[in-house]
Amino acid sequence: MADITINGVHRHSSATTLRELSAQHPDCDVIIYNGYQTNDDYPLADGDKIVLLQKGDLPPENALETMLAARHSPGVYEKIHAGKVAIAGLGGLGSHIAVALTRLGVGELLLVDYDVVEPTNLNRQHYNLTHLGTYKTDALKEQLAQINPYVKVLAKTVHVNADNAYALFQDYPIVCEAFDNPAAKAMLVSALFERGRDIKIIAASGMAGYGSANDIVTVRKMGRLYVCGDGKTEAQPLCGLMAPRVQICAGHQAAMALRLLLGIEEV
Amino acid sequence: MKLNGTQIHLSKPIPLNIFLAQHGYLSERIAVEHNGQIVPKASYNNTTIADEDTLEIVSFVGGG
Repeated sequence: MADITINGVHRHSSATTLRELSAQHPDCDVIIYNGYQTNDDYPLADGDKIVLLQKGDLPPENALETMLAARHSPGVYEKIHAGKVAIAGLGGLGSHIAVALTRLGVGELLLVDYDVVEPTNLNRQHYNLTHLGTYKTDALKEQLAQINPYVKVLAKTVHVNADNAYALFQDYPIVCEAFDNPAAKAMLVSALFERGRDIKIIAASGMAGYGSANDIVTVRKMGRLYVCGDGKTEAQPLCGLMAPRVQICAGHQAAMALRLLLGIEEV
Repeated sequence: MKLNGTQIHLSKPIPLNIFLAQHGYLSERIAVEHNGQIVPKASYNNTTIADEDTLEIVSFVGGG
């Protein structure tokens, strides 16, 4: 007998091993044991979290969140789920950061951008043909809802400047800077650090072209600023932004956001 | 003075904006921390830095 959770519901199970439990649900062929998919047998203990699925079936809505949570080690998901992250700019960096954090199941996201999706964006930004002419805030919010509907997504279609930046982002302990313009990057860091005591910023600088992917790094500055990129490759004519390095840089930013959510401040 | 972790010598106090120009920084593309405090953009020309100070300057290039 063990007090376990099956698909998010607390149960007092008569089964003493995972295989015994699985035999009680013969129609389920995917077994997730405390975050790990397995076909091995384990003794069941109090507090175990078991998810049982039929391969190929869409899980019922109330079990979806549990199943997403099952992909992470217990405890990790709870911290991610409690997290709030803002993303300033929804272009090549911001759209990919938003998708990654949504797949993680971050509790709440704030998306900020003033622009609409244009054909030239599609070489690197997470949008498609159905989004052309739509505000990036709307286009991204719609996509994120299709990935994880339990993530709370707020979107503001505004142009960020030195006067409104702090008010926009003050409720978010982690802000991902994903602008294109270097002056806007500098402005955001200055404006938020000037007034925000506990805010941490994950910024980006240098990810254009097809230089080595290994040059994209994350460095920590000023204790509360993380800068992802190669630090030097500026987007300019004859050296444009290209999907791979932009996605790698966005991945760095999302990875650092995850670490911060888990209480890890080192890069 | 410590600049981005490296020791340099400032013979006399100097306004921050002059120091930035001398070292080739573009003030609109940087964030500056002086003795642990972020320097607002509007204060670059009325902030004086001296040899005993610590300065951290982060430069940004375009793209995203």
